[in-house]
Amino acid sequence: MTGKLPGPGPGERMRPEGRRNEDGIRIDPEAEAKHEPRRAVLSALVEHEPGVLAEVSGLFSRRQFNIESLTVGTTVDESRARMTIVIEETRPGIQQAKKQLRKLIPVVSVRELDHDSIQRELVIVKVNGEEPDKVHAITEMYGGETLDAGPRTITVEITGNEQKIDDAIDAYKQFGIREIVRTGYAALARGEQQTAEVEPEVKLTADSQTPADDD
Amino acid sequence: MSDSAQTPHADEVEREAADERPDEPDDESHVEPIETGADAVVSALKNAGVDHLFGVQGGAIMPVYDALYSESDMTHVTMAHEQGAVHAADAYGIVTGDPGVCMATSGPGATNLVTGIADASMDSDPLIALTGQVPTDLVGNDAFQETDTIGVTQPITKYNRFATSPDEVGDDVSTAFALADEGRQGPTLVDLPKDVTQPETDVEPGKPETPDTYNPPEKADAEAVSEAADVISDAEKPIILAGGGVIKANASDELRAFATEYDIPVMTTMPGTGAFDQTHELSMGIAGMHGTGYANMAITLTDCMLAIGTRFDDRLTGDVKTFAPDADIVHVDIDPAEISKNIEADYPLLGDAKAVLDQLSDAMTDAPDADAWREQCQTWKDEYPLDYEMPEDRPLKPQYIVEQFDEAMPDDTIVTAGVGQHQMWAWQYWTWTEPRTWVTSHGLGTMGYGFPAAIGAKLAKPDKEVIAFEGDGSFLMTSQELSVAVRENLDITIVVLNNEAVGMVRQWQDGFYEGRRMASEYPWVPEFDKLAEAYGARGFRLEDYDEVEETIEAALEYDGPAVVDAIIDPEENVYPMVPSGGDNSLFALSEDHLDEI
Repeated sequence: MTGKLPGPGPGERMRPEGRRNEDGIRIDPEAEAKHEPRRAVLSALVEHEPGVLAEVSGLFSRRQFNIESLTVGTTVDESRARMTIVIEETRPGIQQAKKQLRKLIPVVSVRELDHDSIQRELVIVKVNGEEPDKVHAITEMYGGETLDAGPRTITVEITGNEQKIDDAIDAYKQFGIREIVRTGYAALARGEQQTAEVEPEVKLTADSQTPADDD
Repeated sequence: MSDSAQTPHADEVEREAADERPDEPDDESHVEPIETGADAVVSALKNAGVDHLFGVQGGAIMPVYDALYSESDMTHVTMAHEQGAVHAADAYGIVTGDPGVCMATSGPGATNLVTGIADASMDSDPLIALTGQVPTDLVGNDAFQETDTIGVTQPITKYNRFATSPDEVGDDVSTAFALADEGRQGPTLVDLPKDVTQPETDVEPGKPETPDTYNPPEKADAEAVSEAADVISDAEKPIILAGGGVIKANASDELRAFATEYDIPVMTTMPGTGAFDQTHELSMGIAGMHGTGYANMAITLTDCMLAIGTRFDDRLTGDVKTFAPDADIVHVDIDPAEISKNIEADYPLLGDAKAVLDQLSDAMTDAPDADAWREQCQTWKDEYPLDYEMPEDRPLKPQYIVEQFDEAMPDDTIVTAGVGQHQMWAWQYWTWTEPRTWVTSHGLGTMGYGFPAAIGAKLAKPDKEVIAFEGDGSFLMTSQELSVAVRENLDITIVVLNNEAVGMVRQWQDGFYEGRRMASEYPWVPEFDKLAEAYGARGFRLEDYDEVEETIEAALEYDGPAVVDAIIDPEENVYPMVPSGGDNSLFALSEDHLDEI
């Protein structure tokens, strides 16, 4: 082995005082800050053209974002589609997901929706049909609709937020659930607020977070 | 393997090649009318100012080649392999700043471009890839030489487009040009089905324009600039970390002006090499895994880092927990997604590096009071110089060979390199003074990159000297491009630092795998000087110190491709070294230190 370079060895060198965490954020060396994951609902307005969904889902898988659901559909403007993407990430992860998403050329705007935004999911549940009256009662209770009823199965539809749907599914379990399909979230900002921020997000300062990021 | 001229689809090509090219038009203003989709593609290339194309013919791309047949403004360079074409085009883009263009047919032609496209993506190089595709009615049928090129290249392109109409294909190519070039540069691809390029159209493509929704920032927010300027002014231990973005933005002059006016030491990342003159007293050299000891000490102990156009690659940062942990980070970048991706930015400045450096200059009130820090930096430079032992007997030291070529060649020489130990020695021991002179595969680490890149660089800058450093393992991967260098009579010197091994792997095996040299030793490599002669190039074998001077002189004097097969010390390693994911300031100066850190 050759290549011996001059200079003091590792043990004799000056050392820094500070430290960062694994997200590259400077921390108090005495008390390491740890970011907890949270759920974020992102709404993206995209060009309605072939391949956009593959591009978005590919971005999320190759960057290892933890995606919970993704829905897509057209908007009033036929050339645009809206995606609702639910992810579970730490705050830096959510920020990065938003910025990476915005980088895709067909993506027009990206926004994280507030907690009070309107968020709905549809579930279709097929249960055993031996007790139709009880199934109907539960469907009524959750404001659902019976889509198909036969001698052996009953298929119902429930719409609502995640908690309501989870509760309804729990209630149907007593009959024996044969199949379930859930759509994932569709969401819009509440009231006068626009769901899509059409202006590009150019101004960026160290503390610039959307209100929903401040939790 | 990409030649499908004898396939059933080839008979779709109605026009047969004439024996000779038609006479060139007498009138310079004469413009060939657009008749087909392929003509529209060529017209878009001309509108974008393309003068060289690098590619390989094949069945599905034939209509585009046919449209180039009578084209006299652009030169098509046929390469031996599509990988050679994409690396040559990539280098063309790096040294000129304008997108390089490569072409390939469908299927294997397109997939052979993939490595080079990924390379350009990692290094934000402006690159256009045009790929042939089977006719749209065969797409999805596993047709002969069909690949989902759009699907395959989606994660590694800034933008890709499956052309669907002969009337629109010219605009598709124009858009690809605009997007490759504007904002953060990168590779774009247009996939060209044969039934889009062959049919008739008379639609002229528009000028290159980006979509309305694409709005890269130019100037940073004034308030943010002012805050950042105050932080820099107040710093006691400031440094500037210049990344590849400085070179992409042509901001080297602004960087030099800013650093000298405010007396701030400057170091570069590997892609940023050449952004700042290493002979300047403020230069702190190169940082990262195999950067200088003094740069890595300063990067760790700074209290204020102005980082420009860098993505904080893990080869630069090592363990992020120990990367500049005492520093306020002012991060200038044109891509918002780079801000706080790996290292949290305390003062993000979104914009073009050239514009933002001007803004920062205007906003600065005082130079930092950093005399003591500069003295400390000088102490580190004295303590940790790059050095190597050079016994006068054999074997040759690679560092010495790099230094001798550096001395013999002009400052503005373009240096390309493959990937491995030779790349690191070239990086460490060449004296970098100018931007766009260091051309290598930074982010992807593509072995075999250096030589085809030298071909692209020489064709882009024929008046400049071009030298390619390759390793024996790296050169083996693309040495067939010697046929191109000879055919084009390119005056390139290729120096193979030959240690009969993939040396960087061998170094890691020795350091971290108890010396188990699994599949890393190459005692069977050919004699590269003889290989060169077989292709019609000049070959030199260099084994002794007393041959170095005359070999360099003869190789540089030869007007054409010359290969110097330099047989180097097979046990020489690259130091300093920060082990992967290590603490930058705990760099090893020899193998002995690897156990300590």
